[in-house]
Amino acid sequence: MSEEQIPFWRDSRFLKILIQVVILLGVFLLFGVFGRNLINNFQQLGLSFGFDFIFDPDLNSRFDIGDSPIPYKATDPYSRAILVGLLNSLRVMIVGLILAFILGVIVGISRLSDNWLVRQLATLYIETLRNTPLLLQLFFWYTAVFLKLPKIDNPLIVMNTLFLSNQGIYLPYPAADWQNFFVMVFVVVSLGLMIILWRKRNQAIVQQGATGNFYQGLLIAVGIIAILGIGLGSNWRFPEYDGQIQRIQGGLTLSPEFTALLVGLTVYTAAFIAEVVRAGIQSVSQGQWEAAKALGLPSGLVMRLVIFPQALRVMIPPLTSEFLNLAKNSSLASAVAYRDIYAVSSTISNQTGKSVEMLIIVMITYLMINLIISVVMNSFNRFVQIKEK
Amino acid sequence: MLDTTKITKKGPTLILTTLFMLALTACGGGQQASENTTETTASTSRLDTIKQRGTLICGVNGEVPGFSFVDENGQYSGLDVDICRAIAAALFDDPTKVDYRKLSAQERFTAVQSGEVDVLNRNTTWTISRDTANGMEFAPTIFYDGQGIMVTKASGVTDVNGLGGKSICVLAGTTTEQNLADQMRKRGITDYNPVVSDDVDTLYAAYQEGRCEGVTADRSQLVARRSILPTPDDHIILDVVLSKEPLGPAVKNGDSAWFDGVKWITFALIQAEEFGITSENLATFDNTEDPNIRRFLGLDDKLGEEMGLPNDFAARVVKHVGNYGEVYERNIGQPLGLERGLNQLWTEGGLLYSPPFR
Repeated sequence: MSEEQIPFWRDSRFLKILIQVVILLGVFLLFGVFGRNLINNFQQLGLSFGFDFIFDPDLNSRFDIGDSPIPYKATDPYSRAILVGLLNSLRVMIVGLILAFILGVIVGISRLSDNWLVRQLATLYIETLRNTPLLLQLFFWYTAVFLKLPKIDNPLIVMNTLFLSNQGIYLPYPAADWQNFFVMVFVVVSLGLMIILWRKRNQAIVQQGATGNFYQGLLIAVGIIAILGIGLGSNWRFPEYDGQIQRIQGGLTLSPEFTALLVGLTVYTAAFIAEVVRAGIQSVSQGQWEAAKALGLPSGLVMRLVIFPQALRVMIPPLTSEFLNLAKNSSLASAVAYRDIYAVSSTISNQTGKSVEMLIIVMITYLMINLIISVVMNSFNRFVQIKEK
Repeated sequence: MLDTTKITKKGPTLILTTLFMLALTACGGGQQASENTTETTASTSRLDTIKQRGTLICGVNGEVPGFSFVDENGQYSGLDVDICRAIAAALFDDPTKVDYRKLSAQERFTAVQSGEVDVLNRNTTWTISRDTANGMEFAPTIFYDGQGIMVTKASGVTDVNGLGGKSICVLAGTTTEQNLADQMRKRGITDYNPVVSDDVDTLYAAYQEGRCEGVTADRSQLVARRSILPTPDDHIILDVVLSKEPLGPAVKNGDSAWFDGVKWITFALIQAEEFGITSENLATFDNTEDPNIRRFLGLDDKLGEEMGLPNDFAARVVKHVGNYGEVYERNIGQPLGLERGLNQLWTEGGLLYSPPFR
């Protein structure tokens, strides 16, 4: 029985293609119906659809944003307001990702610690934060922690450098001047020098069987000079309390809204990351531990040199999901009065009535941010996988 | 042989997919049908839909004492709520036939546009862009408000110019955000810090904790909110009025029968006060000789029936809810101690004026 004699309705190759075509048509139909519905509704209400209003320089945004990383005023076009919102979102996402990763790794490893108390504390942390809603936690951080800090006229001062009040947290911050630039260059050069010395030391130990004490001494000396350079040379702006206008000036100001969102997102996501880290470490077989211990490595080195690099391979894909979650959860910002892109866009849609357009913009923005995170994490994933030669 | 088994295995999947597709097409058809129904309802007016349904769906705020607030018995009360009750009284002779939907500032217009609520009584300011671009239709103003600023006495601020460098709490998604920006721009104050919150309760919590030196909102709301702060005397409302805020009911654009109904039920409250008809003395007007009052109460002519309302709709409103003066005193005058000011009848020097009922 040759292939041509099979009727087409029983030909599996044809049927497979047919199913795909039908599904594709169905998807198009579905979108078509929704799209038509939207257009009909717009027409019924006499509204128009378009993105021109965003870039129109004659249309002022007509609202101020308190916490903005770039200069912004109410006479700027909407595009600038959206940019401020985007930068505010990115600010909390990037800092949050870094802090959540560090905290997550620490808690994850603590959960496997030999120390009973540390292990129990880590478990308590994970179970409490992982099992309560994030929105609730954000409200808690904002209203029960940061709003309860002392008022601005009587701030809590830590070591005369850190000012805490419910209008903001004020930290010392390096000033943007030439002096600090030179210090930065000096530190970078010292670091480079230290890396070279470290390599030389290892080379000396491995190749010449020397103790490497000479290089080690040099290394420490450079390190001390670099630290002294930072301590003496750099020019820091310290916050100072001005009683006359009841205001703290100078230094870096973190608004309570930003801090509440950052802390909330960080501790929440870190609980999930901790579980990812624990799962990753436990996925490395017990034999690896035993083999490394048999070589005489102390347990700190076992973790750093043997277990963690292998665990990383397992950890990266679920870690990517947690990073994506953090980025998306940052849209809860408006609950704590932080002006992220979602909060700014809802003000704009309320002012202009262009809610569909603004929703599309916000969706595309989050999609792009998350695709970038995915691409970066996926290439990192390829980098740490075993390369078969 | 192998091929046949493959096809038999695919069999159920294929059937499922076909069924799924059929369901989708059916959905498409359904969509078409429902669209047609919407069009027909649009031509028959929402008024008939509500009469058939037997209840009015009313969008309210629910968080502003005096306008709409849930009291200790779990009942909604307030000026906005009484407008809902007046409409229900006019239509069904029963002010309790109202379904309240609590809406946020952002949700409210979408809720009206999509038909989720019949009428919006959510201290909504009548502005040109909302009337046109947002597709609303505004019934007469029931409360002439203005945006004000409340500050703590401790802040030492006495006027708007003193707010430079201070933080001010603002509610997101309202005209107040824009008014504040406009006024600050006018006065050349650029270094103030707006703290914009989505949630009214979070907003006033932030103000109460001292996150902001000032909070801005409609003056009536500030008065109402001050009354529930721990120590109301520690807060002052600045004399300045930042904007005009005429608040009134709003319905969806393009349904004039329903819009007329809401409009004239609202006017009936004002006209009743002008005639001196109250819920208490209503019965004494049964035998009145005044042709204007006879027409108003539906004893003569067919003013109500001609617009699809019961002929005695105004009498029902007064019977169940009272006239505007009673409503104001009950919700705002007595509990909050706010003078009527602009919200007095035109005969008393205020702005409330109803076109004649004839």
